[in-house]
Amino acid sequence: MSRYTLNVNGQTKSVDLVPDTPLLWALRDTLDLVGTKYGCGVGQCGACMVQINGVPTRSCMTPVSSVGRQKVMTIEGLDPKAAHPLQQAWQELDVPQCGYCQAGQVMSAVALLKDNPNPSDADIDAAMGGNLCRCATYLRIRAGIHRAAEIARTQKGKK
Amino acid sequence: MKTADLSLEKSSRRAFLQQTSVGASALVLGSFWSQAADAEQQIAKPSAGSAFTPSALIKIASDGTVTLISKQPEIGQGIKTALPMVIAEELEVNWKDVKIVQGDLNPAYGSQFAGGSLSTPLNYDEFLKLGALARTMLIEAAAQSWNVPAAECYAEKSKVYHKASKRQFTYGALVAKAATLPVPDIKSVKLKDPAQYKLIGSRIGGVDNAALMTGKPLFGIDVKVPGMLYAVYEKCPAFGGKVISANLDAIKALPGVRDAFIIEGTDNLNGLMPGVAIIAESTWASFSARKQLKVVWDEGQVVSQSWDDFSAKAQALSKQTGAIGLRKDGDVNAALAQAAKTVEAHYSYPFISHASIEPQNCTAWYKPDDGNLELWVPTQNPAAGQAIVTSVLKIPKEKISLHMTRSGGGFGRRLSADYVVEAAAIAMRVNAPVKLTWSREDDMRHDHYRAGGFHFLRGGVDAKGKLIAWHNHFVTFANRVMRDGKSVLQPGSGASLSGEEFPGRWVANCLLEQTPMECGIPMGPWRAPGSNVFAWVFHSFIDELAHAANRDPLEFRLEILGDKDMMQGTGERGQAYNVARMRKVLLEVAQKSGWGKRKFARGQGQGMAFHFSHRGYIAEVAEVTVSKDGQVKVDRVVVVTDIGSQIVNLSGAENQVQGSVIDGISALMFPELDIQRGRVVQGNFNDYGLLRMPDSPTKIDVHFLKSDYPVTGLGEPAFPPLAPAVCNAIFAATGKRVRQLPLSRNDLRWS
Repeated sequence: MSRYTLNVNGQTKSVDLVPDTPLLWALRDTLDLVGTKYGCGVGQCGACMVQINGVPTRSCMTPVSSVGRQKVMTIEGLDPKAAHPLQQAWQELDVPQCGYCQAGQVMSAVALLKDNPNPSDADIDAAMGGNLCRCATYLRIRAGIHRAAEIARTQKGKK
Repeated sequence: MKTADLSLEKSSRRAFLQQTSVGASALVLGSFWSQAADAEQQIAKPSAGSAFTPSALIKIASDGTVTLISKQPEIGQGIKTALPMVIAEELEVNWKDVKIVQGDLNPAYGSQFAGGSLSTPLNYDEFLKLGALARTMLIEAAAQSWNVPAAECYAEKSKVYHKASKRQFTYGALVAKAATLPVPDIKSVKLKDPAQYKLIGSRIGGVDNAALMTGKPLFGIDVKVPGMLYAVYEKCPAFGGKVISANLDAIKALPGVRDAFIIEGTDNLNGLMPGVAIIAESTWASFSARKQLKVVWDEGQVVSQSWDDFSAKAQALSKQTGAIGLRKDGDVNAALAQAAKTVEAHYSYPFISHASIEPQNCTAWYKPDDGNLELWVPTQNPAAGQAIVTSVLKIPKEKISLHMTRSGGGFGRRLSADYVVEAAAIAMRVNAPVKLTWSREDDMRHDHYRAGGFHFLRGGVDAKGKLIAWHNHFVTFANRVMRDGKSVLQPGSGASLSGEEFPGRWVANCLLEQTPMECGIPMGPWRAPGSNVFAWVFHSFIDELAHAANRDPLEFRLEILGDKDMMQGTGERGQAYNVARMRKVLLEVAQKSGWGKRKFARGQGQGMAFHFSHRGYIAEVAEVTVSKDGQVKVDRVVVVTDIGSQIVNLSGAENQVQGSVIDGISALMFPELDIQRGRVVQGNFNDYGLLRMPDSPTKIDVHFLKSDYPVTGLGEPAFPPLAPAVCNAIFAATGKRVRQLPLSRNDLRWS
C-alpha cells in the first residue's frame, strides 16, 4: 500500500492504495464518488470516463500511481446543481434510459465542446465513438450535445 | 415471465385494503441508501406527524409533498416516471410536488417485475383508480370542512376548490382531515375523461435524470453498506463445471484478501453454479487476487459441445422430419409441387449476450443471530431472487428483505437471479455485508443467452403470385432438466416456435415443425424473446417470396393478411391476432415512408416488416445505403405503432422506440458468440461488437396511432420488425439476401 494525494474535483484527497489500483476504483470504493462507472475494465465502453487536466481519460486503465497532482474531474465535479449546459441539455431532452453510461458520455462531451463549441454531427460521431450506450440513446446524445452547445453560446452571449 | 402471477387486480386490491385500514399512520419510506443499515425500516410503519396514506403507494404529507412509491423495477424502460404519472394525473397534483421513491420487494405492492412489456398494462387501470381515490377523499375532506356538497368542489394543481365561493385548500392542509375519512369503495370512484389528461401523454423527463447527471448512487453496483466487503466469484469457463480444488491458501495470503472458499453449487444451469469466492477489502483487491486463482475443474460432458458441431448437426437434422409438429394445415408438399414458383432457404443466427452495461452484482448481508438476509439487487424480478435463495439456501421467505436498485440495463438478463443466489451463498459464509461484482468477462461468459437457431424454409406461390405454401423446420437448442421427476428437454427461452407465429394460420398449406438439440448452454429471455429473431426470419422469407412472385412487398403482405379483421387463436397457446390493427399500421407506415413512391439509386433501398408481440402492432420501413465495398448504413427508419388508447409518457415512449430501433440495428450488425469446448469464446467489448454512435442512423420517425384497445408496454415490441426491414432494404439496394446473422457474416459488396 502507498499513500497518494489526489486532486479530485478541486479538492485534495489522500488515499492509501496499492499502486496498480485503477483510478476508477479509487474514486468509487475509496472516495465514494460512484458516478464514474465500471463497464468493461479494458477501456472499451467509456463508462469510466473522467477528465485529467481537461483530457477525457478512461479511469479503468489509469493506475492511481500515475495520476500525481494532475486535476481529476468526475461527473460529481461538473456542476453539483446539474446546471452545466450538458447536464441541462441531458435533462431537457430526457436523454437517459438506464443512465448507467451517461456520466461517461457527458465527460467525453465536455471535452468535445471545449475544443469545438459548435460541432457537426460528424464531429460528434468522431468524438463520441468510444462511449457505448447499451440502451442506444445515441440520437438523443447527439441532439443533447447540439443543445448544450446552443445553451453555452447563449450563456456566453449574456456574459 | 409468463409464469409470474398476473393476478394484480386481486393482490393489489387486497394490499390496498390492508393499507387503507391503517388510516392516519404515515408510510415511512425514505431513500434506501439511508436505510441500508437497518433492514427493519424498509417496511412501512406508523410514525409521528400527520400524513394521508390512502394506499401503500401514496403518501401526502402536511407540507403538501406527495410521495409515490414506484413498485416496479426500473431498468431504463422509464417505468419509475411513467406509472407515477398515472397516479398523479388522477390525483390532480402538480408534478413538481411529487417525490418518487423506489419501492422494495413488498407483498403490499402486488406483482413487481419488469418483463414481457407488462409493467404498464398490468398496473395502468389500477393506478388510475388509486389516484382518483385519493383525489376523491381530499375533495371530501374539503367539502366537509366547508360544509358543502362534494359535488360543488373540484381538485386542480394540488388544491381543492369550492366553485361557488372560490375558497381553496392546499392538499397539505387537507391531510389531517382526509386521514380520518373512511375509504370509499374504489368502484364508486369516478375517473377523468382521458380527453382532459394533462400529464398522461405529455413529455416528462426521467425522475432520476438530475441524480444521474450529478453521479448520485442509484445502481446496484453503487451500494455501500458500512463494514461491507467485496467479492468475486469464479465459475468454470465450461458451463456447469464443478470445482475439484483451488489454491485457496495462496489466495488467502494475498494483500487485502479476507477469505476464499469453494461453493459447491447446484446442477441448475440458471441457478447457483459451482465456483470459488474471494472476499477482499476492495473491489480491486478482489479482482487482483482473482488473477492468481488457480482452479482445477471437472468440466463435465459439455466440453464436447461447439457451435460448429451444432451447426453441422442442424444441417443433418433438417433433412429429417421435425421432432415436434407445431402446425399442419393442408398439404405443403402437394402445394409446393403445384406452385408456380418455389423458394428454399436456410436462415441462422448465433447465440448473443445481453451485455447490459452494468455487470451483474448484488450486495448481501446475512445476520446469523436472527437468520435474516438483506439484499440489494439490480433486478427485473425481485421475487425470483427471493425464491431461489429460499429454495437453494433454505432461508425462509419472511427472513429475506430485498431492496431494488436502479438497473444499468436489463434486456431480460435480470429476470434471472443466479447472481442473487451467488451473493447470498457467499454472504452466509462472511460475517459482514458483502458486495459481489461480476467482471465484464463473467457477464459475457456466464450469461443466460439468447439462443442461436436454424430455420429451414420452403415456400411457394401460385400463378397469380399468391402465397400458397409455407414450411419451416426450426432446429433449436434445449437444456435437459428434471420436471416432475422426469428428465425432459426444455427449449431455451424464446427458442421455441409457436404454431401460431405469422404466417401460420394465414397460409392454406402450412407445416411448422421443430427439433431441439440438447446443449449445456444456459439460455434466458432476451428483449422480445423469440420475436427478436422470428420476425427477421419470417419477414425476410416473405420478402423472398414476394420478389420470386414479382410482387410489391407491401401488396404481397396485405394479401397474406387477408380481408378478415380478426384471426382467432388456435391450439393451447392460442392468441387472437387483430388483423385490422396490423393492416392499419402497415398502410400507415407505407404512407409515412413514401413506400414505392421514390426511386432509389443502386446501393440504396427501402424494406419493410411488421410484427405483433407484447400486445403491440408495429410496422417499420427502413432505408439503407450499401456502399460498393459492402458497408451498410441505415439512413432512416419509420415506425408506426398501435399500442392501445394512450401513450403514457411521450418522451419515454419515443426513447423506447428509438432505442429499440438502434438496438435492433446493433443486434443485426455485430454481436456473435462462438461456442468452443462448452464455453463462450468472447469475453469483452473488444471481441463482442455493439453499435456505437457513428453507426447510429440519423433519423427515426416514430408515429403512435391511438386505438380503442388497452394501454400496453413498449420496452420490446418495436424491436422485432427492425432487422427484417433493414435486410429487406439491403436486398432492394443490392439484390443480396441476408440469411445469416450477424450482418458481418455476409458479403454485401456490389458493382
